[in-house]
This record gives sequence, structure tokens and C-alpha cells, in this order.
Amino acid sequence: MELLVALIIGVLVATGVYLCLRARTFSVVLGLTLLGYGVNLFLFAMGGLKINQVAVVGASVDPTDPLTQALVLTAIVIGFAMTAFLVVLALRSQGEQHSDHVDGQDGEQRS
Amino acid sequence: MMLPAIVLLPLLAAFLPMFTRHLGRRWCALLVALPVVAALGLLAQASLPIWEGGMQQWSMAWLPSLGLNLALRLDGLALLFCILILGIGLLVVVYAHYYLPAKDDGGRFYTLLLLFMFSMLGVVTSDNLLFLVFFWELTSLSSFLLISYKQYDSAARKGARMALTVTGMGGLALLAGVLLIGHVVGSFSLSTVLENGALVQQHALYPVILCLVLLGAFTKSAQFPFHFWLPHAMAAPTPVSAYLHSATMVKAGIFLLARFYPVLAGTDLWFYLVTAAGMATLLWGAIWALFQHDLKGLLAFSTISHLGLITLLFGLNSPLAAVAGVFHIINHATFKAGLFMAAGIIDQQTGTRDMRRINGLWKYMPYTAVLAMVASAAMAGVPLLNGFLSKEMFFTETLQSDQLGALSWLLPLGATLGGVFSVAYSARFIHDVFFNGEPVNLPKFPPREPPRYMKIPVEILVALCVAVGVFPAITVAGLLAVAATATLGGTLPEYHLAVWHGLNIPLLMSVIAMVGGIAVYACRRRLFAWYAGLPEIDAKQVFEGAIQRLVRAAAAVTRHFQNGSLQGYVAWVLAMVAAVLVWQLPELDRVTGERAMLPVDGVSVLCALMLIAAALLTTVLHRQRMMAIISLSVVGLIVSLIFVRFSAPDLALTQLSVEVVSVLLMMLAMYFLPARAKADSNSLRVGRDVVLAGLIGTGVAVAALLVMTTDTATISPFFLENSVPGGGGTNVVNVILVDFRGFDTFGEITVLGIAALGIYALLSDLKLASAKYDPFGRPWAHDAHPLVLVTLSRPLLPLALMIAVYIFLRGHNLPGGGFVAGLITSVALLLQYVASGVTWVHKRIPGDYHPLVALGVLLAGLTGVASWAFDSPFLTSTFTHVHWPLVGDFELASAMLFDTGVFLTVVGATLLILANLGKLSLLDDKKETT
Repeated sequence: MELLVALIIGVLVATGVYLCLRARTFSVVLGLTLLGYGVNLFLFAMGGLKINQVAVVGASVDPTDPLTQALVLTAIVIGFAMTAFLVVLALRSQGEQHSDHVDGQDGEQRS
Repeated sequence: MMLPAIVLLPLLAAFLPMFTRHLGRRWCALLVALPVVAALGLLAQASLPIWEGGMQQWSMAWLPSLGLNLALRLDGLALLFCILILGIGLLVVVYAHYYLPAKDDGGRFYTLLLLFMFSMLGVVTSDNLLFLVFFWELTSLSSFLLISYKQYDSAARKGARMALTVTGMGGLALLAGVLLIGHVVGSFSLSTVLENGALVQQHALYPVILCLVLLGAFTKSAQFPFHFWLPHAMAAPTPVSAYLHSATMVKAGIFLLARFYPVLAGTDLWFYLVTAAGMATLLWGAIWALFQHDLKGLLAFSTISHLGLITLLFGLNSPLAAVAGVFHIINHATFKAGLFMAAGIIDQQTGTRDMRRINGLWKYMPYTAVLAMVASAAMAGVPLLNGFLSKEMFFTETLQSDQLGALSWLLPLGATLGGVFSVAYSARFIHDVFFNGEPVNLPKFPPREPPRYMKIPVEILVALCVAVGVFPAITVAGLLAVAATATLGGTLPEYHLAVWHGLNIPLLMSVIAMVGGIAVYACRRRLFAWYAGLPEIDAKQVFEGAIQRLVRAAAAVTRHFQNGSLQGYVAWVLAMVAAVLVWQLPELDRVTGERAMLPVDGVSVLCALMLIAAALLTTVLHRQRMMAIISLSVVGLIVSLIFVRFSAPDLALTQLSVEVVSVLLMMLAMYFLPARAKADSNSLRVGRDVVLAGLIGTGVAVAALLVMTTDTATISPFFLENSVPGGGGTNVVNVILVDFRGFDTFGEITVLGIAALGIYALLSDLKLASAKYDPFGRPWAHDAHPLVLVTLSRPLLPLALMIAVYIFLRGHNLPGGGFVAGLITSVALLLQYVASGVTWVHKRIPGDYHPLVALGVLLAGLTGVASWAFDSPFLTSTFTHVHWPLVGDFELASAMLFDTGVFLTVVGATLLILANLGKLSLLDDKKETT
């Protein structure tokens, strides 16, 4: 199972990195989201994987690591805020530069 | 406490001119002279034990953990330098009072001079190597300010810059060398280092240390090939030259050689490096000094030559030679300071320093002429003057050295040649300036004797030259003995200071130097003609050119990397990560830890395959945006399933609700951003990015696998054990968020709020044209708010809100809490926006969400502050159980109030972001209709 999760993390990070390297802002937003999934899963996995051992006192015999979950929970919300910020930055750039290239008009001319 | 007082008095005095400059130069000079005199008095008292062979030390712990102590030490060598620095400094203070132009109030000059004096005293008395380097750099900086004293003069500015660059780089090398010495010896204390010379010399790093320290010393002391800055530093006012280039600044490098003599000297490498540099400098300086037409230029090159001579003596690895070196430090300082001052007088009285115009001054200023001629004779090494004694010792030592084997005769030969030229340029200084016909076209005519008191410093120095020259045993012998003893680190060799040693080879060499020098000077016209034919090389231009080429090269490199392309920057950063992975991953001997893996089941494999397929699909179809968003949401949903599978219900709930909001966000982005059908990147770039992505993905996967299968000790048991007794909740994740790590969460919701406000600011007066058609060229549906959706969504709102309240309330004990509840509430409200439109919603609820964000952060913060009222630290929580009718036993925790803050912030931020984005299309539509 761990191998499977590692594979998933690897694929998410790789696809995220690839899309982050694209020239158009929408692709970068997609890439950052995928990268975010990968990183969140990675952080979550740091606590080790346990099945049916919820970190609720009294509900399980050998509860899983609650600390990484707490970390990832806030990371998910902040990740969303950052994605939103990026989207709006892209929109602003589109509004000012009339281009959805990450480098604005400079990038438009270069490509 | 006497030592710090000696060092600090000049620093104190440096501030005085600030308050007295309006009173005129006389007051400034007087006020800065007094502390220097006081420091000399203290030095006299502090030196008492040193004459007995002792030492004075003072130290104060500063950062003991870093090996930094404020430690000073006064031994014979430091004493000698302190006397030179303070004594000649005092004379320069007096001299400068008469030298500076009438309109200069001297305030800035004296401040800088005293600052320099302070840094020099620090260099020579430091007992901590790092402290020494600090003062060393301070001398570079303050001398830079002194050399560029005439700020309006481009030559002064350039000369100062050159001096700073060369000596500053040397200072960096010295720092590196000192750090290595500290590493080898294990202490930065000079006293410890001096006792552990053998340790340093046997260490493998010895050659590196030696080269670095020598680089520092050679740049400072203008040794070949770093000598070129010194002649250009002559653009400084003459009192500065008299101080910096006779007794202090350039002697700092020599001081370093003497200071580290017991630690670094005695090896072959030392001999070859130091002797070669010394010999080259001695000859180079002596020969070019003869050809300088500038009075100060001649003195500058002769200084270079004499510094070379001292360096050469230290390089010979013989105790007697080191004694001679220390002796020559004293002698050179006295006669050279006197000569510079005399040159300044001549410059002041004639208005020029060009020796082709200054002739026959004997007639006009005979008194100054006598002083200058005596000092010059000392420089040439004429008997009965101090220069003769040390030069004689120098000749003897070159004869004694046999370290070059069959080539040992080279040393005395070079020494004699240096002697010949030093006699020649000294003769030129005397003959050309004071005799040799009449002055030619002087700017000021006729020159006169300077003010009476201006000559006093010169008289004192010249008197010292004569006194030491005639009666060495009763004048200088004591100081020389203690200084040389401290240099050698203990034992003083047998030597004899006397004017007459009988007829021997050194005397013969002196005679050859005298006769040869006068002969060389006699045929000067032919030599000058030859010199005039040489291509002119201006070190300043060469240096400036080199600096400019360096700057251009640096700019080119910077432009190459910093080309304005964000895409490029990201690629570079990721490439570095990939490079580290490629370098480090193969080093791993295994990719799994010792822990057994969980068994795999079919559903998990299926989900994993779906996720991988969806992620790849998103990547491949990223230009077909609708498809990309749909497959991306598949990825998000499976990620929340993963959280469910691996016992993280809180995460699953959060991920699920964030997913809804995210997809909505992407749809809005898609609506405004132009559609792209064809690829921007060429196949080369795609290939590069695939490789980068593959490498990084592999690296992260391997790291994750390794950690997941390794047993690690974590701090989590603490939270599991203390969740109920300490936080009053059974859902440990939520208790961590709102209680144990409440401060972190507080920070995080603040970030969330800031992001939302940032987005609000970015969106204000942004005008975007929304697409009129969908990517396939079809117009959007006319029915923007389908009836079915509207009808269904409205009753959903109260239901969703109720669930949110439920999730919120149970959050402390079961999966849920402020974050999740906030997201559910947001989704419920957003559904109304989607179904009925911004206008409809804002008619019913206020559309301003920033007060909500502020309220949330404020509530969370106030909950934290409230604990101060109970004398507890920020964000301490408390809880109690109350019995409510119908509901039963219910727990009330102050953390719940905090969680309410979280809830409000999440709702406010999410809606602020999306509602404002949604409004954009409204603005666009309005523009259409009007």
C-alpha cells in the first residue's frame, strides 16, 4: 500500500511540476493544484499510514499520527487561498498586459 | 583597564571635532592632541612590566560560545607599534594643523585620522584573531576615507577606491586564513595560537593558511605584485601619507608577518614566498623610485622598496634577520615620516611637487633643506644615521643565508643592487630639490621657510634618526630587544648594535652601494631619456579597466540568468532540485525501510489507477480547459478518498469541501482567460520539462516511500495522551489545531485573511472582457439561472447550514471543526451565487465579506488575549461541562470560541474571494448593456 501511495505522490508531483513549467497561466494554476495535492499527501504520509485507526481518543487502539493531519488540514485551506491568489494574479495580468503568458507581453514576444 | 583605555582614547577623540569644528582648526588640533598624549602617558605606564620581559593582557567575555572575547594584549611588538602609531600620530596632528589649507576647519580630517589611529591600535593590540581582522578591515575603510579626503579630486577618489579594493580583498583572504587557523588550533586567542605554531605547520592546511595570511599582509604592505595601489594613494593630503605610508597602514602587513612569525615562519614555503616577494618589491620599488618626477611619487616607491626589504628580512627564516627587520621598521618609520613631512612643506611653499621644476631650494629654505637632507641620508644608509645600522644588518643577513644553495649569492647581489638604487634616488631627492640650478617656473615664488612650529615634528624625527644612528645602544636597544623578543616568541639571539663593526664584507657592500648609487645618479639624464621612451603604463587605468571588464562580465552573467522570464526562473530552480536529486539519489542503498507494508486491496489499486490516469489526463489535456478541470476534480476526489482510507476523516471532509470551491474558482478563471488551442512550447522544451518533472517526481516518491516504511519516533504520543486531560476534546486533530498549536492556527487564519484582502485589492478596478462564446464558438446559454437548480438550491441552504453547525459543534470530539464547518457554509452560500446570481444574493445578504474576515481573526486573537486576564500565557484554553436540558451533558471550551474565529475567517475569506471574482462578469455584462 505504501508503494502505491508513493507512486501516487510521485505522479502528482511530476504532473504538477510539468504543468508549472508551462507558459500559460491557466496551466500553471492546474499544475500548482496538482503539486498541492502531491505535497499534502506527502506531508500526510510522513505520519505513516494506518487503516481504521482514527486519531480520536477512545475510538481506536493504535491511533494514527494526528500532528501531520493537523498540519495538512491548514495546508489544504491555505493552499486553496494561494491558488485563488494565483488565479486572481493571472486575471490581473490578463487585464493589464492583455496576455495570459506568465511573463506578460515579454513572454508573448519571446514565444 | 589601561589597555582598553589606550585603544579607546583615540576613538573618543575622533568625536571631539564634531563639537569643536566651528571654533577653528587650532581647537580641533589641540583637543585631539590631548587624548593622544594621554594615551601615550597610559602606554608609558602600561609598558612598565614589558621592559622587565612581561606582558599585559585584558579580556572580557563577549560571545564565548563563538570564541569571541574582547581581548587585548600588550607585548613588546605591540608596544613598539603603539609607540609608532601614537607618537608619529601626535606629530602628524601637529603638522596637519599647519599643513591644511586655510579654509579647511580640520574637523573631518582629524576625525578620520583619529578613527584610523584607533583601528591601527586595535590591530596591534588584539589578542583575538577575529577581533584583529575586524580592526584590520576598519583600517582599510578609514584609510579609504583618508586617501579620498579631497573628494573633489577624481585622482584621489580613484586612488582610494583602488587601495580599498586591493587591501579589502586582502582582508577577506586574511579572514579566511584566520578562520582556518582557528579551526586548526581550536582557538581564536592569539596567545594560544602563538604557542601552537608547530600544530599549524604540521597541519595539511598549512600551505593554504600561509598563502591566505600572506595575501592579507602583502596587499596591505604593497608587496609585489600588489604594490600598484600605493603610489596612487599619494593623492591623499601629505600628513595622511606621512602617517599611513610610513609608520602605520602599510606597516600593518609587516606587523602581521612579525606577529605570526612564531606560527608560520621557519618552513621552506615561507622562505620562498616571503623572500621572493620581498626581493622583487625591494628592487622594483628602488629602481622605479629613481624615475619619479613627483616628489611624493619618489617617496612612495622608496616606501615600497623599504617594505620589500623588511619583508625579505622576515622571509630569511633567521632570528637575527627578524631582529634586523624589526629594527628597520623603527628606522624606516622615523626617516620616512620626516621625509613626507618635508615634502609637504616643499609642496606647500612652492605650489608643486614636480622635481623638474623644484630646484635650488637651498637658497630659499636652508633649514628645511638640512632636515630633509639628513632624513634622506638616513634613507640611503649613510653612516652615523639609523638607516645605516639596519641596512648593515640586512647586508650581513643576506650573506649568511644559504637556503638557496648554490644560488645563495643572488641574495647579497640583489641586496646590493637595491642599495645602489636607494642611494641613487636619495641622492636625487637631495640634489634635484635643493641644488641643481634655479627653480623653474614655480607657481609660488619665492618659497620661504614654513611656520616655526610646522618644522618641530620634522626636527623631532630627524633628531631621532641621528640619535639612533650615533648612540644605538642607549636609545633604541631596549625597545628593539623587547619587540624582537616578542616577535621571535621568546629567545633573543646574540647581536650587537654598533656603528663600527670593523672592515668586513657588509661594509664593502655599503661602499659599493654608495659609490654605485652616485654613479647611477650621475648618468641620470641617459636613464631618464630611456625611461621616457618606455610605453607609459598607468596602473590606475589598467586597474579601472579590469574592474570595468569584471563589472561587464558580471552584468552579462546576471542578464543571462535574470532575463525577466518567470518560466525560466522556475525551470532553473527546479533544475537545481533535480540536480541535487540526481547527485544524491544513487547514494541511497535502499528505498524501503524496515517496516512491513500494508497489504494491497483491489479497490485501492483501482482508485490509485484512476487518480494516476486523471492526473496524466489533466496534464495532457491542459489546453482543453473544461476537460482538464473535470479530470482535476477527479484527482481531488480520490485524494479525499485516500484520506478516508488512511484514518483521516477531518482531512477528507476538508479536502472535499475545498474541492468544490476550487473547481468553482477554476471555472471562473477559465471564463476570463483566453482559450489556447495549440502548444506554445517546442518539443525540445517539452522534453526538458518532462525530464525535470520525472526526476523530481521520482525523488519525492522515493523519499515518501522511505519515510513511510521507516519506524520513527514522533512527538505525537504527547498529543494523544494529553488531548482529553489538557484540551478537553477527543478529536486530537481538532484539539491540536485550536489548543496545542493554536498559535500556529492563529497565524494561518491571519494568512488566509491577508490572501483574501490581497485578492480583493487585486480585483479592484480590474476590467476584463469575458468570453462571448465558449471554446467551440457557441454562444453561452441564455438561461443563466436554470429553474431546477434555483429551486433545488434554496431549500438546500438551511439544511447545509444546519450540517455546518453540527459539524462545528462536534468538532472538538469527533471529526469536524471550524475549518470544515466554515467550508461547508461557504459552499452552501456559493451554491446560491451559482444558482441565482450575484445580484440576487446581494439583495438578500450584505456582499461585503471583509468585516467577517476581520471579525474572525479578531475573535481568535481576543480569545488568546483573554487568557492574560487569568495570568496565563497567550491562547491558554480552559473547558468545563454544563448540563443542558434536552441536549444532555455538554462541554464548553474556550477553544470553541477560538474555533468560531477560525470558522468566521474561513467563511469570510472564501466568499470574499469568489464573490468578488463572480462580480467581475457582472461588471462586464453591465458594460455590455449600457
